[in-house]
Amino acid sequence: MTSKLNRTFAQLRQRGEKALITYVMAGDPSLQETEQLVVELEQAGADIIELGVPFSDPIADGPVIQQAAERALRSGTSVGTILSMVTSLRARTKIPLVLMAYYNSIHAFGPERFCQEAAQAGVDGLIVPDMPPDEAGPLKKPAAAAGLPLIFLLAPTSTEERRTFVARQSQGFVYYVSLTGITGAKLLNMADVGKNVEKIRKVTHVPVAVGFGVATPEDAANVAAIADGVIVGSAIVKLIAAHRQKPDMVKHVAEFVRSLKVAMRAVQPKTR
Amino acid sequence: MRDVDGLGSHLVSPVPPVLPTSLGHTNMRMVMSSVPNKQGRFGAYGGRYVPETLMPALLELEQEYSRVKKDRRFQSELAYYLKHYVGRPTSLYFAQRLTKRLGGAKIYLKREDLCHTGAHKINNAIGQGLLAQRMKKPRIIAETGAGQHGVATATVAAMFGLQCEIYMGTEDMQRQALNVFRMRLLGATVTGVDAGSRTLKDAISEAMRDWTTNIRTTHYILGSVLGAHPYPMMIRDFQAIIGRETRRQILAAEGRLPDCLIACVGGGSNAMGLFYAFIRDKKVKMVGVEAGGLGVASGKHAARFAGGKPGVLQGTMTYLLQGDDGQVNLTHSVSAGLDYAAIGPEHSYLRDQGRVEYTSVTDDEAMAAFDLLAREEGIMPALESAHAVAHTVKVAPTMKKNQLLVVNLSGRGDKDVQQIAKMRGIML
Repeated sequence: MTSKLNRTFAQLRQRGEKALITYVMAGDPSLQETEQLVVELEQAGADIIELGVPFSDPIADGPVIQQAAERALRSGTSVGTILSMVTSLRARTKIPLVLMAYYNSIHAFGPERFCQEAAQAGVDGLIVPDMPPDEAGPLKKPAAAAGLPLIFLLAPTSTEERRTFVARQSQGFVYYVSLTGITGAKLLNMADVGKNVEKIRKVTHVPVAVGFGVATPEDAANVAAIADGVIVGSAIVKLIAAHRQKPDMVKHVAEFVRSLKVAMRAVQPKTR
Repeated sequence: MRDVDGLGSHLVSPVPPVLPTSLGHTNMRMVMSSVPNKQGRFGAYGGRYVPETLMPALLELEQEYSRVKKDRRFQSELAYYLKHYVGRPTSLYFAQRLTKRLGGAKIYLKREDLCHTGAHKINNAIGQGLLAQRMKKPRIIAETGAGQHGVATATVAAMFGLQCEIYMGTEDMQRQALNVFRMRLLGATVTGVDAGSRTLKDAISEAMRDWTTNIRTTHYILGSVLGAHPYPMMIRDFQAIIGRETRRQILAAEGRLPDCLIACVGGGSNAMGLFYAFIRDKKVKMVGVEAGGLGVASGKHAARFAGGKPGVLQGTMTYLLQGDDGQVNLTHSVSAGLDYAAIGPEHSYLRDQGRVEYTSVTDDEAMAAFDLLAREEGIMPALESAHAVAHTVKVAPTMKKNQLLVVNLSGRGDKDVQQIAKMRGIML
């Protein structure tokens, strides 16, 4: 099965580009604005968009995304309203959309129903940060049936055994967590990231995208030099938070995303 | 350190040291190994729902724990500290006046309140502190609700010379100011958590984030039978000494097993600790008492079995107070230690099996039980333990005079005195 994510990575590779994957929290500050953000961020150069599903107790996230989730919940966001937004977005854009949801949101909705309705709405992949493949049993079948790739994460702490185990089950791409920590922390060691990305490549042909701690165009360029995709989350969410009460919020965020893509394009790809 | 006490002798026996064989309880082995399975599952519950960053640490912890479980030196060291530092065995005290007053079953109190630091929490903190030393982690962290686990962890850290940071919701820090100060006196850093409900749940999330970030140097001493595998199993095992002692003590005092065991259940470590040695004894009824807060109908409570359904919170699948969309509900209890939206996964399993019955009592009932125990027996229970006493007040009179009831007095109430004064409008 060739997923839309596979095609996107393949097309980018042909153009000698790396994927820019931008994260926004769905419903922060409102779903209408999220919808607008998706459209504008694609224009600005985003290749894939991760939509956060807000959860009350996000253990893998730092304060920036945690507060975004609180705002999204206050604005009345739920799995149902997010999927309706995706449906309406599909009339406007084909950009791959990946949902990032904590497992309890999926469990409460019902794993089977969740996968069916998400795929039907036009979701192209699923990341569950608190569900390692070891616990993915109940989700694998319905996700496969719905044609929804399950994207798993690897971390600097992952052993060789885990690396093989996790990477081989990850579909669409492997999400490499660049640092030992939570979202929004500071990226420190690019050489380590490079080494670990290489190790992952030895065990899978699926593209490797790097996230956590990528905050500036310079970070994005550095990561683009060593990985297939660059994931930027907290830095974008922070901008949304800072400008959320202003009419030109979307414009500010789009400008930032454009600067990320420009920096990434300036990098000579040296891999694959 | 070998055979430091008669009680701990099974811990240094040549077979895997989990069986109190001296009590002639031949079926224990089967029970002990039945749950959880290798994936940390208690039936449908438990598991390891954590970010990948934590997986290697959990696997390492599981491996190390299964090693020390069979390691005689570790077990005799543990027995040594439990006896000489914690003050075990704690007594099983016949509450004569309370028994007379309630006019039914003979009531025994398992006096965990007499442990060093004033609650059962130290049984687990000592075990995990020793484990942290084995794993050469110089820093330990913990969450705390009522402050009892925080104090126990800070105490163990001081005693073993480990660096220590405790996470506590700011709401709980207000309710339990005395324990905050105690932790600081013991040299721990207490970090307030100002997110979400500002209680135990948020403190656990913050501790998990710290652990994720500092995993190479830090061991997380989780305080209850919660979280990802192997925590619920390991903490149960460290607390199981409560039930093993109780079993021996009641047999010595009465020559038979009790008819009923009662314990309060927040995460549920004191209850698992008491129940575990009796699980195969089908005639021993067991009751877990949850926090009913302002009443289950009010929605302001922490009665997970009355108001919740299965879900995943902080690493484990279990009964959880949550909305239709899976968002975790805010809870309420007068007792910070019971004020949590989820319950230990093994309790969910035991409830589904019908082995343990779960009920709840309200804040008011717990407060009345606090007064009753103080006046009838001269013992001030922790507000958490007062929930177990409150249920005792309801059931003891319905039982026969020759029946035996054991209540786990999991902690002492000194920490709650200020809060109670405040609730009664008294300035101290």
